[in-house]
Amino acid sequence: MLEVNQLECRRGDRRLFSDLSFAVGSGTLLHVRGRNGTGKTTLLRSLCGLFTPESGEIRWQGEPIRALGDDYKRDLLYFGHLNGIKGELTGIENLAIAAALDGDRADTPALWEALARIGLRGFEDLPTRMLSQGQKKRVALARLILSKARLWVLDEPFTALDVDAVALLQRLIAEHVDTGGMAVLTTHQEVPLTSGQVERLDLEG
Amino acid sequence: MLRVFWTILKRDLTLAMRRRTDVLTTLFFFVIVISLFPLGVGTEHKVLEILGPGVVWVAALLASMLALERLFAADYEDGTLEQMLLTAQPLSLLVLAKIAAHWILTGLPLVLIAPLVGMQYHLSDTAIGIMMLSLLLGTPVLSLVGAIGAALTLGLRGGGILLSLLILPLYIPVLVYGSGAVQVSSIAITDTQPYLALLGAFLLVAMVFAPVASAAALRISLE
Repeated sequence: MLEVNQLECRRGDRRLFSDLSFAVGSGTLLHVRGRNGTGKTTLLRSLCGLFTPESGEIRWQGEPIRALGDDYKRDLLYFGHLNGIKGELTGIENLAIAAALDGDRADTPALWEALARIGLRGFEDLPTRMLSQGQKKRVALARLILSKARLWVLDEPFTALDVDAVALLQRLIAEHVDTGGMAVLTTHQEVPLTSGQVERLDLEG
Repeated sequence: MLRVFWTILKRDLTLAMRRRTDVLTTLFFFVIVISLFPLGVGTEHKVLEILGPGVVWVAALLASMLALERLFAADYEDGTLEQMLLTAQPLSLLVLAKIAAHWILTGLPLVLIAPLVGMQYHLSDTAIGIMMLSLLLGTPVLSLVGAIGAALTLGLRGGGILLSLLILPLYIPVLVYGSGAVQVSSIAITDTQPYLALLGAFLLVAMVFAPVASAAALRISLE
C-alpha cells in the first residue's frame, strides 16, 4: 500500500501542488490527470524518491520511503520520459543489463521471449539507435514483462507507441494490477484503462 | 554484488569499444601534448631530462580530465543513470564500476605508453620504470577524485570548465608526488619508496571515499 500524506511540491518559487493526499492499495491503478505543468511528472518522481518534496510524507507499507531505501526500490519500477536504454547496445544487451541491475537472474531465453512478446522479434540483435522511436520505447517497456516489482510508476507510457503496442501495454498493466500489483500512471491519450480498480487523481494548476 | 559490478564494468567497456574514437582521443591527446614540448624547448639533453617527469604528469592530468566530463553525462542524457539510482543495488558500487571502466580506458593506456614518451625525454630505464609505477598508482586516483567533480557538475551548463576548476587543484598532491618519484629516481642516494608509498596511500583513501561521495553527488544532481 502506497500512502501519500499532505504532499507539497515546489519547482523553484512556483508551488505545483499542496495538501495532496491519496492512497493506492493492492490491485489498484491510479490515473494521475492534469494539464501540462501541473506537476504530474514531479509527483511521480517524488513517489520514486527522485525528487524531494517541500513537505508531506510518502509511505510504503506504512514506512516512509526514505527510511526503507533499498527495500522500497526492490518493489518499485519507474518508467520515465527517458527510455533508459543505450543506443550502442542491442535490445538483448540492454534488457540483460536492466535485469541484472534489478537483481533478477533472468536467463537468456526469458530475455528473448520478453522481446518477442513486446513485438521486436528479429530486432533483438540490432543496436537500439537503429530502431524507430516506438521500437526504442518497446525495448524499454520489455522491462515490465520481466519485472517482479509490486509498484509500477509509469510516466506517459503510451506516447510514440502504435495501436498494437498500446493494446499490449494495456494488457500488461491489466495483468499486473489483476495479480495484486499497483500502478500509478499519467497519460494524455484517450486510453481506456479497464484493469482492476481504477482511481483518478486530478491535479489543478 | 560482484555480478552487478562486473555487469556495469562490462557494459561501459562494450560501449567504449563501439565508440572507439572517444578512447583514442585521450591517448592521442596525451602523446601529442608530450611531443610538443621537445619541439618547443629544443632537444637539449639536460633540459628535457629535467622537464620530462613534470610534463608527462601534467599531460596525464589533462588527458584524464578530457574524458571525465562524459563519465556520467551520457548515462544522464539517456536516462540510464536515473534507472541506476532506482535499483536496489548500492549506488557507490555502480559508481566504482564506472570509475574502474574509466580508468581502464583512459588511465591504463597512459601507463602502457609511458616508455615510448619517456624516450623522447632521454629518461633512463630506471626512471621510466618508476614513471610507469607512479602512473599506475596515480592515474586511478585521478579517475576516482575526478568522478566526484563529474557527479557534482552533471547537467550544469558549462560544466566542463567548472569541472576543471574544481578538480585540477585536487590533483596537485598526485602531481607533486608522481613527478617527484620520477625526479628522485635519477639521484642515486635518494629512495623513491616514500613517494610511491604516499601515492598508494592516496589511492586507498580515494578508493574508500570517492565512490561514496560521487554517489551522494549524483543523487543531488539528479533532483
